[in-house]
Amino acid sequence: MKAHYWIAFVLSLSLLPATAPGETQPPGPQIAGAEIMEKEQQAFYSQGKDMKAEIRMELVTADGKKRLRSLTMLRWNDPGSKDQKYFLYFREPADVRGMTFMVWKYPARESDRWIYVPAVDLVRRVAARDARSSFVGSDFTYEDISGRNLAADSHSLLREEKLGDRDCYVVESVPKEPTDYVRRLSWIDKITFLPLKEEYYDVQKELTRVFTADRIESIVAAAGGEQKSFPTVTRRTMKNLKTGHRTEVAFTAVAYNIGLQDAVFTERYLRNPPERWIK
Amino acid sequence: MKSVIILGIFLLLLTENVRTVGAETGTGEELGGYEVQAAPSPDGTSGKPESFLEMLPFELRGFLEARGGFRMQDDPHESKTATLEETRLQLHLFKALDWARFSIKSDFLYDGTAEEAQADVREVNALFSPFEFMELKAGRQILTWGTGDYIFINDLFPKDYKSFFTGRDDEYLKAPSDALKTSIYTDAFNLDFVYTPRFNPDRFIDGKGLSYFNPQTGGLTGEEAVIVPHERNEWLGDSEIALRLYRDIKGYGLALYGYHGFWKSPVGFDPQAGAATFPRLSVYGLSVRGTVWKGIGNFEMGYYDARDDQNGENPFIPNSQLRYLAGYEQELAKDFTAGVQYYLEQTLQYGAYRLTLPPGMQAADEFRQVITLRLTKLLLYQNLKISLFTFYSPSDQDVYIRPNVHYKITDHWSVEGGANIFAGRNDHTFFGQFKNDTNVYSGVRWSF
Repeated sequence: MKAHYWIAFVLSLSLLPATAPGETQPPGPQIAGAEIMEKEQQAFYSQGKDMKAEIRMELVTADGKKRLRSLTMLRWNDPGSKDQKYFLYFREPADVRGMTFMVWKYPARESDRWIYVPAVDLVRRVAARDARSSFVGSDFTYEDISGRNLAADSHSLLREEKLGDRDCYVVESVPKEPTDYVRRLSWIDKITFLPLKEEYYDVQKELTRVFTADRIESIVAAAGGEQKSFPTVTRRTMKNLKTGHRTEVAFTAVAYNIGLQDAVFTERYLRNPPERWIK
Repeated sequence: MKSVIILGIFLLLLTENVRTVGAETGTGEELGGYEVQAAPSPDGTSGKPESFLEMLPFELRGFLEARGGFRMQDDPHESKTATLEETRLQLHLFKALDWARFSIKSDFLYDGTAEEAQADVREVNALFSPFEFMELKAGRQILTWGTGDYIFINDLFPKDYKSFFTGRDDEYLKAPSDALKTSIYTDAFNLDFVYTPRFNPDRFIDGKGLSYFNPQTGGLTGEEAVIVPHERNEWLGDSEIALRLYRDIKGYGLALYGYHGFWKSPVGFDPQAGAATFPRLSVYGLSVRGTVWKGIGNFEMGYYDARDDQNGENPFIPNSQLRYLAGYEQELAKDFTAGVQYYLEQTLQYGAYRLTLPPGMQAADEFRQVITLRLTKLLLYQNLKISLFTFYSPSDQDVYIRPNVHYKITDHWSVEGGANIFAGRNDHTFFGQFKNDTNVYSGVRWSF
């Protein structure tokens, strides 16, 4: 990991106010793997009431050829359940510009997904249900983007160790149903509960994919009348060690609690992206 | 030429707004009333324009494309082997202001088969919201609704079958409408109401370039007998109304539809004038779509009310029909999706139709059935798409197969190739009539 990322990382963490998740009382070492992963999901996929980010993905082949994916993401957490709704507006490459993608995500069953193709004014339901499918041709799967069902894996805390200068839990997650990996190791920051690194192993026990959080920033937003800080992974990489292909992702203009409404995640705005949020 | 003038006016309008737009794109991160503090982004994605396109006061996108195709067999009714031969530039200008959004999209092409340059203006429209619960979209626009995959029951917006059958991009299956679309959103339901003041017919197969079965001559026909229908071009008199009432219940989309207008292709015939006609038509239908088992299921039906031949006694006008469609699509393996559809078209007053059918004219079946299968496989980080779409009619005993391979070489360059294969036992059936039009095509596109 490049040194300047770590500097930014440490600097930003020092700005964390006292309300940062988990900071009040460092959890004891016996905390169960499942509990850690639940906090990780909360920190990584569900912070705030809602979120907006500009996402720029660089897909890089082993020989260095690059493709760009650029999109705006809106996320809304249903206050009454663990359901989430996502709205993606694609900007690059040119042939997908203006396309929108909407996901209603439920914790225990398959998501509902829609796509809108502006050139033909067509709203389609997306049949792709394999959450292990690649997201827009990147090294990230749909699950990597929006979170994997916690109950789909058995989690156990293996050890605690430092990654760089951060204290981490190392959690092993083993899928209960066969999938494209048989074992995942996650290094979870003890303070922020963000994943700093993940390793995916295939059935031959070989390391196939590696995720790294390359930069973490503290995003301040209003929450319940006061200012709250949301540690956010703003740069991340997923590398496929088998193919040498990697995807580097940068989040910019990240904002939490911007007042998104449930009504944004409907066919109306799928056809006409909400101007207020998507400039 | 008209389109060039429209583009020019649009450009002028946009330059008027440059100053206000500049003020809007400041770096103030005031979102939803909350101050947002994010560390400066190291790659500088916000603010500074990176290219000429981003410096424009409006969005400009488009592509340049060359595409060609030819028929695989001689056609005694068509002199040209080429079915497609064109160089196409598409420009799409888009501008969002506080009170409205403007979209202008036009294609400029040289069509080698027609030996002429053309401007095909696909969009010139403004979208605005006079009330929170209402949107209006006025002008030339592409309109689509319904649940079918390449099969349309309640979508009676114009199609371009010539583009579809010769291997243009899927985008061109939909022809533009000159219409006013009013959308109303309420908690209970949403309503789309589309008024087309002057009938917009399909871009139908007329014999130019592609041969077809002519029921009047009882045989295959091509450029020697190009269809010139009685036009329906009277403003307000030849208007169309289409509406859709829809809502979502727990991820299931339900819709009711209505249409009042005309058959979109000239399926009628006026024996006195010896010309094809667009008979009057109304359609009432419904659809539902949502998760079924491990995939997406849909059902749609429509009642086609042939208002000019409700008793079914006029052999020159199609009878009323009931049309049904059931579909299911599922991802069978990673990046491999299959979709099947069953379509049934029932001719009503079939007895009257058979009784009044002139001797020698081919009778259509009472029940026409079509089964479709779509297979799509994505490879090489989804940059290579291999797809196959098949229409097969067990009742007509004909088939239409659309294989296609599309590869994105880079984010800007793509190539594709494919075929349109028609076969059938008889000349007069829906796909069988195009048996001499079987063609292969390829294209290269640069998008920006």
